[in-house]
Amino acid sequence: MDNKTIIGKVQERFNENVLSVDETSDMLTLTVDRTILHDLIFFLKEDANLQFNFLTTLFGIHYPEMPQPLGVIYHLHNLIQNKRIRIKTFVSIGDPTVKTLTDLFSAANWMERETYDFFGILFEGHPNLKRILNVDYLDYFPMRKEYPLEDSTREDKDDRFFGR
Amino acid sequence: MNEPRHTILNLGPTHPATHGIFQNVLTLDGEKIISTEQTIGYIHRAFEKIAERRPYYQITPLTDRLNYCSSPINNIGWHLTVEKLLGIKATKRVDYMRIIIMELARITDHLICNSVIGVDSGAMTGFIYVFQEREKVYEIYEELCGARLTTNLGRIGGFERDFSLSVINKIRKFLDHLPKVLKEFEKLLMRNRIFMDRTINVGPISAERAMNYGFTGPNLRAAGIDYDVRVTCPYCSYDDFDFQIPIGTSGDTYDRFCVRQGEIWQSLKLIRNAIDNLPEGKHFMDVPEFYLPPKQDVYNNMEALIWHFKIIMGEVDIPSGEVYHSVEGGNGELGFYLVSDGGRTPYRLHFRRPCFIYYQALPEMIKGGVLSDAILTMSSMNVIAGELDA
Repeated sequence: MDNKTIIGKVQERFNENVLSVDETSDMLTLTVDRTILHDLIFFLKEDANLQFNFLTTLFGIHYPEMPQPLGVIYHLHNLIQNKRIRIKTFVSIGDPTVKTLTDLFSAANWMERETYDFFGILFEGHPNLKRILNVDYLDYFPMRKEYPLEDSTREDKDDRFFGR
Repeated sequence: MNEPRHTILNLGPTHPATHGIFQNVLTLDGEKIISTEQTIGYIHRAFEKIAERRPYYQITPLTDRLNYCSSPINNIGWHLTVEKLLGIKATKRVDYMRIIIMELARITDHLICNSVIGVDSGAMTGFIYVFQEREKVYEIYEELCGARLTTNLGRIGGFERDFSLSVINKIRKFLDHLPKVLKEFEKLLMRNRIFMDRTINVGPISAERAMNYGFTGPNLRAAGIDYDVRVTCPYCSYDDFDFQIPIGTSGDTYDRFCVRQGEIWQSLKLIRNAIDNLPEGKHFMDVPEFYLPPKQDVYNNMEALIWHFKIIMGEVDIPSGEVYHSVEGGNGELGFYLVSDGGRTPYRLHFRRPCFIYYQALPEMIKGGVLSDAILTMSSMNVIAGELDA
């Protein structure tokens, strides 16, 4: 199964909702609209030829300059034909909702909780969406870029000399 | 009719039987488990956030602390990820050296897990036997990099020093001695009636459920799926070697034990093959922009001093891009997703930690069983708190 078949099948079904296709990085990368994300992954999983039956990982990413700054990245793996695919979807800060995958993959449960915990992405339909690694009373999402790692009031270190 | 009376039991966070800091709140009916609620995150150290402020070399020590039973695999996995981003192709000698170290690490990881299954079922002796052998592997690490547990071993582009004669001798001695100990260990447990009764059909999971839960590594193979990153997506010239993937059938505790035991034998074979066919050459690739120069050169050679300074201060340009690289860690597919925007630090680094993903299946696996079986199931899953919480 080559990239062309996958792209063809996906575009035929979801046409304009597939926002971009990238074959230059290490695996086929599709950026899609969040409204079709669940349907797309269901399609990739259940289609008799595609068979992306293994959810390797999913996680968030934050690009503050983009119009839709928060992203969720999914890695799926077809274990039968050994083919990997990466799906990206982006949401805005004001409405960071994506449909959950817990109905397709039990593995998505904690991965989505972790993504919520660190990026504040809300997974619609998740059975138990609460913080997992951080304390429950934390009132921000620490992996977003606006939260500096070090105390911003510190004066003994000048970042200019460290190339940051 | 009275409502059935259930007991709530807190197993953990610090309980000797959990082998790590995580909590399970069990609802029990007598000794039978009705439901389980898991709490994790007690040793969360925000590695992904810290990594966004650190140059690439300073991330290696963070990876040590993921699965600390097999740190070298994490270190080398991280270096391979960076090399993939940079487009560096390793030489055969470096590859083979890496295989030797990674397989040694896999052996220690499996030895710990399997002997602890023994301890939890009441057989302490095997644990003491194999820990003596684990010590010998740690001596090999010590000889190579000076550290034992959190090794920070290797460099981007190879190793900090070549295998000395003493290292080679130690590895060969280990290869000669371990089979004897391992046979003795297997005699103690493998066909032991008590051990078999305690582990067969305990905490089983079907192949289908295991895949749905994202199991990888020995736990997935015990359920009968022959997915091994070393074979399906070969890295480090693993495809040069002939080895088998042991698989189980029922995915229970006994199968997990046997699969790990089988993998130790395969790892021994791999190490023997690699060390016998170790190609001549240098222990690093010719990438002065990324490979830290030897310390004596830094003191005596202008070029080396410049490169040393540039690498340490993160002044070397890293190409922008995104890569995912995975290696077969001690307990499954250990993946690194790295996004670089060209700066001195990663823009985003995500660790795919195998035990974070499969540990969530525990409630399903122990439901309906008894409490003592739950302990065995947990230890046979090889959950390492450092990796769980990152």
